Amino acid sequence: MEHSVELAELAVDAAALQMPRHVPEQGRRSKGLGRVGHRAVLKGAFSMQVPAPFEYRRAGTVGEAIGLLDRLGDTARLVAGGHSLLPMMKLRLANFEYLIDINDLHGELGFVAVEPGWIRIGAMTRHRELLESDPLAAAFPIFRDAERVIADPVVRNRGTLGGSLCQADPSEDLSAVCTTLDARCVIRGADGERVVPMADFHQGPYETAVGDAEILTEIRLPVHPNGSSAYEKVELRAGDWAVVSAGAAVRLDDEGLIADARVGLAAVGPNTAGIPGIADALRGRPPSQELYEQAGDLAAAGCDPVTDRRGSAEYKRYLARELTVRVLRTAVARIGAPPAAGDGDINRQGV
Amino acid sequence: MTTAPARTAFEDNDHKPVGHGRMLRKEDPRFIRGKGRYIDDLQLPGMLHLAVLRSPFAHAKVVSVDTGLAEEHPKVRLVVTGAMLAEKGLAWMPTLSNDVQAVLATDKVRFQGQEVAFVVAEDRYAARDALELIDVEYEPLDPVVDVRTALSADAPVIRDDLEGKTDNHCFDWETGDAAATDAVFARADVVVSEDIVYPRVHPAPMETCGAVADYDAVDGRLTLWSTTQAPHAHRTLYAIVAGLPEHKIRVVAPDIGGGFGNKVPIYPGYVCAIVGSLLTGKPVKWVEDRSENLTSTGFARDYVMRGEIAATADGRILALRTHVLADHGAFNGTAAPLKYPAGFFGVFTGSYDIEAASCKMTAVYTNKAPGGVAYACSFRVTEAVYLVERMVDCLAYELKADPVALRRKNFIRPDQFPYRTRTGWVYDSGNYAPTMELATRIAGYDELRAEQAAKRERGELMGIGVSFFTEAVGAGPRKDMDILGLGMADGCELRVHPTGKAVVRLSVQTQGQGHETTFAQIVAEEIGIPPQDIEVVHGDTDQTPFGLGTYGSRSTPVSGAAAALVARKVRDKAKLIASGMLEVSVADLEWSKGAFHVKGDPSASVTIQDVAMRAHGAGDLPEGVEGGLEAQICYNPENLTYPHGAYICVVDIDPGTAKVTVRRFVAVDDCGTRINPMIIEGQVHGGLTDGVGMALMEMVSFDEDGNCLSGSLMDYLLPTALEVPDWETGFTVTPSPHHPIGAKGIGESATVGSPPALVNAVVDALRPFGVRHADMPLTPSRVWEAMQGRATPPN
Repeated sequence: MEHSVELAELAVDAAALQMPRHVPEQGRRSKGLGRVGHRAVLKGAFSMQVPAPFEYRRAGTVGEAIGLLDRLGDTARLVAGGHSLLPMMKLRLANFEYLIDINDLHGELGFVAVEPGWIRIGAMTRHRELLESDPLAAAFPIFRDAERVIADPVVRNRGTLGGSLCQADPSEDLSAVCTTLDARCVIRGADGERVVPMADFHQGPYETAVGDAEILTEIRLPVHPNGSSAYEKVELRAGDWAVVSAGAAVRLDDEGLIADARVGLAAVGPNTAGIPGIADALRGRPPSQELYEQAGDLAAAGCDPVTDRRGSAEYKRYLARELTVRVLRTAVARIGAPPAAGDGDINRQGV
Repeated sequence: MTTAPARTAFEDNDHKPVGHGRMLRKEDPRFIRGKGRYIDDLQLPGMLHLAVLRSPFAHAKVVSVDTGLAEEHPKVRLVVTGAMLAEKGLAWMPTLSNDVQAVLATDKVRFQGQEVAFVVAEDRYAARDALELIDVEYEPLDPVVDVRTALSADAPVIRDDLEGKTDNHCFDWETGDAAATDAVFARADVVVSEDIVYPRVHPAPMETCGAVADYDAVDGRLTLWSTTQAPHAHRTLYAIVAGLPEHKIRVVAPDIGGGFGNKVPIYPGYVCAIVGSLLTGKPVKWVEDRSENLTSTGFARDYVMRGEIAATADGRILALRTHVLADHGAFNGTAAPLKYPAGFFGVFTGSYDIEAASCKMTAVYTNKAPGGVAYACSFRVTEAVYLVERMVDCLAYELKADPVALRRKNFIRPDQFPYRTRTGWVYDSGNYAPTMELATRIAGYDELRAEQAAKRERGELMGIGVSFFTEAVGAGPRKDMDILGLGMADGCELRVHPTGKAVVRLSVQTQGQGHETTFAQIVAEEIGIPPQDIEVVHGDTDQTPFGLGTYGSRSTPVSGAAAALVARKVRDKAKLIASGMLEVSVADLEWSKGAFHVKGDPSASVTIQDVAMRAHGAGDLPEGVEGGLEAQICYNPENLTYPHGAYICVVDIDPGTAKVTVRRFVAVDDCGTRINPMIIEGQVHGGLTDGVGMALMEMVSFDEDGNCLSGSLMDYLLPTALEVPDWETGFTVTPSPHHPIGAKGIGESATVGSPPALVNAVVDALRPFGVRHADMPLTPSRVWEAMQGRATPPN
């Protein structure tokens, strides 16, 4: 399943009379989890797979959704696929008075549009659609790599790109993909649209730049010639959150030297993170195993993993290095190579 | 999938129309159509809903419980605290191990998730909402989390409810001959020791535990629908605790979505539901959620073991010695025969003919959920087999011996059966070498070793793991096996109707094992009525004879024997009636499946259906024969049955990420006579998948404060189809000599046998790194640490 937080971990942290890691303080306005009642978390930790009462609204257009958000403020939360939000509400780790269902916006916000220099993807585009999109796979193979290891078909049928990014989970795969690809996030509110670079979109675990009365409508990905990308994830079990995952996007110049190289990592810090030093270290140099390893060292040094039940910090740091090497190698090997055929057939994908 | 045929006296009779064979399960049409009836499907008029408030602390004094606000909730009918139960003498209940457990906490909470209060409300949502309105004041105490420090002098005493208790000691248990074992160790050429942890795991059945209690105040009858693997045993315990006669209590186990031992104990939630119904006069439903199931119900394993093995230089195993520290949680809720506090761990000598063995075990209380025997463990045979099969591999490592050859060299020989082990267990039958031979043949063992050698040259990590297990199932002989004084025998009743259709009533209860099919087949084989015409009734104490239920793979060894014998009793009576119908003496009749023939005159015959009609008809019956065609029996097994098996696992490890992939798994099982091979294979597939889960990802873990870190299926990982290979199964058949049809249990063999094969394979793959042992779960991180020479016990 796609889940945005180690729920038990939150619960037990709270139970130990500490504010849970990643959960905003009581009463604080939160873009992430709403009003997380300390008391509710404390008492609900073990017998609350039934949500607290909430009101349900259904928005038919983006404008209507923004209007509802504007009126209801931080007591409301948008629900798209719901695979992260609803489990948290059932555990009463997140409580909202209103849920605004935006699944009817799929017609408006579910698209992959290929334009000169850009690919635009609507926020309501579902994982399955990302997985199956051949134009997307041709421009950014990293998407198909990632989608093949995100959760399972049930979740992929329902979960959305926008929901994944707005959950702002440190382990979330599409956030790492968008970080790697230097995505621009289009956020719309009553006063119009603004565009936020991915680097500024996440503002901490489960917190984003999206305001209370705003909605993420699309992301824009710059398409560069002579480039490719790759993603790799180590997980304890199919569909689980990453122990560590890494994405890479590489662009070569006419002489075959690295023109740009970006690496994004998940599950090794408070947010999915790029490692900016890698681009500087690799630019202008010919691709080589030694160079990838140098990048891997930078990734290992630049990340901030913690020990948890998915692995020790030391192992995760090691893995950040190993996966960085692998995805850089794969991305470079893919430049100029035709995309693998048939990968989009979801019947052949893993769970 | 490979199913290798084995030619033995008892052939798989897949193609016979009646009796044993590969027949589709009678229960499946309702399951695959979503028409199963589970606890939560039950709706009764006026039914109320119960929710349990649980402790957020692992160890704390309960200072006060204020229910005032909850009682004011408009939909709340009842709020009950431990203090209220204490007034009625119901705050504590007996466990299956003669300990006591709090129904609702009064003095202290002793594990995180312990029951503190409950609410009964008009709907499920209101009940949960009201829990938030209960204000409990706790005074946190230091928790005891690490089993290794539970007995230290400064450890807080968890069970101060027990009079005079000044430490966390639960029990000591010893088996074998320590002096003789020490003597053999002293003269052995080779002694290998290893610290081995079998982590705490959870069965995580798909359906969580739950109950609907309905007390009828008019006739004083209590009906309890509940997720129980042992309806009769539960009923008797309720009767004892509540002071009601058994006939005023009806326990019904409807369809149950998996048990694996998790549904053997009586949980506080069941008792709360009963109390809720008594106090409100309405039916009350309690269904725990996933987190409640994972954090508060019966766990499995949690043994910290020190294994020692002694051998000659040429690989003759001489002795085994072990010390075990057993974590029993806050209450000793282990379900095991009373004289066996460590279950059947005594079979840790495995499949080998050795000179001496001894075990010393200390069990302790900790601030964790109670339980201990669950997850298809065959009463701790899982831990025993893991220990011996790991130790044999450790010995092979030191001797640089092939693990298959080393095992073969030490097998108990066929002519030694029945074989009395050095710890006093009498293995009924076994023929180990052909089973191992078949497994190596299916696996292509020699080719795999050649492939491994070539891969090692290239730096690739491939491992081949072998395990050979002897299981001990079918508890048990009533002379020394009982649960809280109830003998472990099982009843069976068979009634043949006038038209030749039959109903067989069992005392055991299916949780997915296919009893409705298997037992119909057993009876069909004996009396020749097609299994489609035999209805199997189980899981309802009003409808079935007394017996101890389904766990420890005991259904076929005990209840299956009862079914065969009751059918033979009916057949004997049918033969008398047939002799009258055919006007010949009984001695002149021959039985072929489904009909009696006059010897030498095949045309003179009557079918079992003819006899059934005569038995109920108006015609004369032989002198002294009563009308009707039915019988009942209570079967007391003479011994356990001892299935065995040879498992071979092939893994590949990514040297860069340390991630383990299970490439192949060959399982050759010998469970004696095979009744329905398809059901057997299903049981084996399930158990092997359990093994992959335990070996690679599952563990119930706690932080230093005793917070359970595995309270959801996001944190307690269960394997999926993608983590398991296509299972390759095979079989040999060594019948049990004392079971009427030669059958042994199969339900847990694969869960017992697969973890050591998997771990042995991973350790074998890591041989280039000098790894001799690494504890489960073998996650990438833990495998990587082993590769760095820093394998650590799990925590």
